[in-house]
Amino acid sequence: MPLLTVSRRLFMSLAASAAALAAFRPAAAAEGELKVLNWQGYGTDEKWALDIFEKKTGLKVVHDYFNSEQEMLTKLRTSPGTYDVVLMNNIYVMDAVNEGLVQPIDTGKITNFNDLTPALRDSDRFVKDGKHWAISWVWGLTSFAYNTKKVAERPDSIEVLWDKTHAGKVGWRDDALESIQLAALATGQDMNNPADLDKIKSKLEALKPQIRTFWSSEDEWNKYMAAGDYDLAVYWSGSAARSKKAMKLPVEFVVPKEGAIGWFDGLTIAAKAPNPEGAAKFIDFMVSPEFYVRWDTDVGAPASANAKANGELPADAMNRTILGDPEVVKRVQWMAPLSDEQRQKNQELWDEVKTKLAQ
Amino acid sequence: MAAPPRQRLEIIALTAPAYLWLTATVFLPLMAMAYFSFLTTVPVGGRIASFTLAHYVSFFTKPIYWFNAWRSIELGIYVTAISLLVGYPAALALSRYVRGRWREAIFLLIILPFWSNALVRTFSWTMVLREPLNLLFTYPAIVIGLVHAYLPYAILTIYISLQAIDESLIEASRSLGATALQTFFRVILPLSMPGVLAAIFLIFVPVIGSFMEPRILGGKDAIMLGPIIEGQFTAAFNWPLGAALSFMMLAIVLLMLAIAAPLLKRQLGSS
Repeated sequence: MPLLTVSRRLFMSLAASAAALAAFRPAAAAEGELKVLNWQGYGTDEKWALDIFEKKTGLKVVHDYFNSEQEMLTKLRTSPGTYDVVLMNNIYVMDAVNEGLVQPIDTGKITNFNDLTPALRDSDRFVKDGKHWAISWVWGLTSFAYNTKKVAERPDSIEVLWDKTHAGKVGWRDDALESIQLAALATGQDMNNPADLDKIKSKLEALKPQIRTFWSSEDEWNKYMAAGDYDLAVYWSGSAARSKKAMKLPVEFVVPKEGAIGWFDGLTIAAKAPNPEGAAKFIDFMVSPEFYVRWDTDVGAPASANAKANGELPADAMNRTILGDPEVVKRVQWMAPLSDEQRQKNQELWDEVKTKLAQ
Repeated sequence: MAAPPRQRLEIIALTAPAYLWLTATVFLPLMAMAYFSFLTTVPVGGRIASFTLAHYVSFFTKPIYWFNAWRSIELGIYVTAISLLVGYPAALALSRYVRGRWREAIFLLIILPFWSNALVRTFSWTMVLREPLNLLFTYPAIVIGLVHAYLPYAILTIYISLQAIDESLIEASRSLGATALQTFFRVILPLSMPGVLAAIFLIFVPVIGSFMEPRILGGKDAIMLGPIIEGQFTAAFNWPLGAALSFMMLAIVLLMLAIAAPLLKRQLGSS
C-alpha cells in the first residue's frame, strides 16, 4: 500500500533542475539540420551516405550516440525537441509510443514503403491504432563469430563456447538480456520465457574458465579479436560482416543448430522533432536500395527490411547466403519486449553470475 | 572569531560564487538522487512511483550488493596502501635530496599523467599489461592502472607536508643523538601525517567508486559496486536502486571518516 504517490510535477521539476545543470546542452537545431540518435557506426553516420543525402535534400545530418537502449530512452525523455530520427530496436518502440516519445509516421512519404517485407513492416511492434510508429529498417541475428585462423573447423553448436579447448579464449558481451537468452538457447529453452532460470544461471557460471574478457562495443570486439584475445566471441551478424569487410579480420559468423537471437530495428521520428519532414526523407533514404546495397557491400550491414534491396546484393553476400536461408530463419527465436520488472530480475541474475565469475 | 562587518561582507562576496556553484552542481543533483532512492520506480512515461525503503533493504539482504561493496572497499585499500608505500619514499626523496632544476623536472614527470585523458591512459596500460607482463584482464591489472592514476595525489600531498617541516627540528633530533631511522619515525613521519591522511582520502574515495579502469583492465574481475550501480542506470532502468546503492557507498565512506576522525585529531593535535 503506497503511502503517497509522487506527483509527476515534482519529478519534472527535479528533472528540469537537473537538466538545467547540464550546462552544455545541445543548442536548438539549426535551420537545414537533421539530428539523428543512433549507435555509433551503425549505418546512419556513414559519411558517403550523408554527402549523398545532403546533395539531394540540402539537409545536413548531425549525430548523437547512445551506448545502451536505456540511454537512448533517457535522452528522448530529458531532451524533447532535440532529435529528429531515432533508431530503435523493435522491443522498445511500444514503450516509447506509450510514453509519448515518438510520433506516427506518414507512410505516404516513404517511397520505398511497398518494398519493405510485410512481416517486419506491419509487425505489431511497430503498428498501433493503424498507425506506423517506426519504419522497419534492418534485421539481424545475435550468436557468435569465430577466428578462422584459430578455429580450424566451422563450429555448428553453441556448445563450442563452453568447449575446454577454448578456455580463456571466449569473448562475451556484458549484457544481462543477451547472456540469459544465449544460455536459454544452449539449454534448449524458450529464450523469451525461460522455464528454468537455475539452469540458465549455472550454464552462465560454467563460463568462468572460458571468458577472456567482456566486450561492450563493436570497436572493443574488433580490438580484442585483432589482438588474439578471442578464438570465439558472442556477436551480432551485421557487425560480423563489418569486422570482416571493413576491418579485414579473419572472422565468420555462425548460426548454431540450437538457434540464434533474432532482432529487428526500426527508425522512428521523435515526438517533438524539429524537422519531421526532413526526418521522413532521411528514413526513406535509409531504407532505399541505393543506400543499403552500398552499405552492405562496402562496409557490412545487417539484413535490410527492404526485400528489393536485399535482392540487389551480390549472390555471395552473407545477408543472402546465411540470413536469406529459410532453414536458418527457422532456427531463429525473436526477441520479445520486456517489463521493467523482468529487466530488473535479469540484471540481478546477471550481476550474481558476474560476481561468481570473478571469484 | 567574529569578523568586522566589512570584512564579513568581503568574505561572503569572495566565497559566494564557489558556494553557489557547488550548490548548483553538486548539491541539487545529489538531492534529486537522494529523492529517487526512496521511490519504487522513476515516475516517467505514466509509471506511478510511491515511497519505499526496499532499495536500502536490498543492500543488506542481497549478498551481491554488500559483497561487491566489500570488493570495492578491498580494491580501495590495496590501491591506497600501494600508492602510499610507493609515494612516501618518492615524496621524501624529492623534498630532502633533490634540488633545483631536477626537482622541477621530476615534478613535471609526476603530474604528466594528469595531462592525458584517463581513458587513453587506461588503454595504453592494456598494451603494456598484455605483453610482456601477461597481466591484462586480471585483478592486479586493475590495481596497477589505478595506482598509476592516483599515485600523484599521494606524492604531492605528502611532499607538501614534508616541505613544511622545520629543518631545525630534524637537526635538533640528530644533534641529540637520534639515528636517521629514529629521526624518521619520531620526527618526520608524525609531522607528515596530515599529508598522508589527505592522500588516503583523496585516493580511497574515488577508487571505491571507479568503474572505467576495472572494466577495461580487469576482465571478469571487474565486478564491484561501481559497475553494478552503472548497470542499474544504463541497462536495468532502475535509477532508484542505483541511487540507493550510491548512497550506501557514501554512508560507508562517511562512517570510515567518522572512525578515522579521532585518530586524525590526535595526529594533528600532537603535531
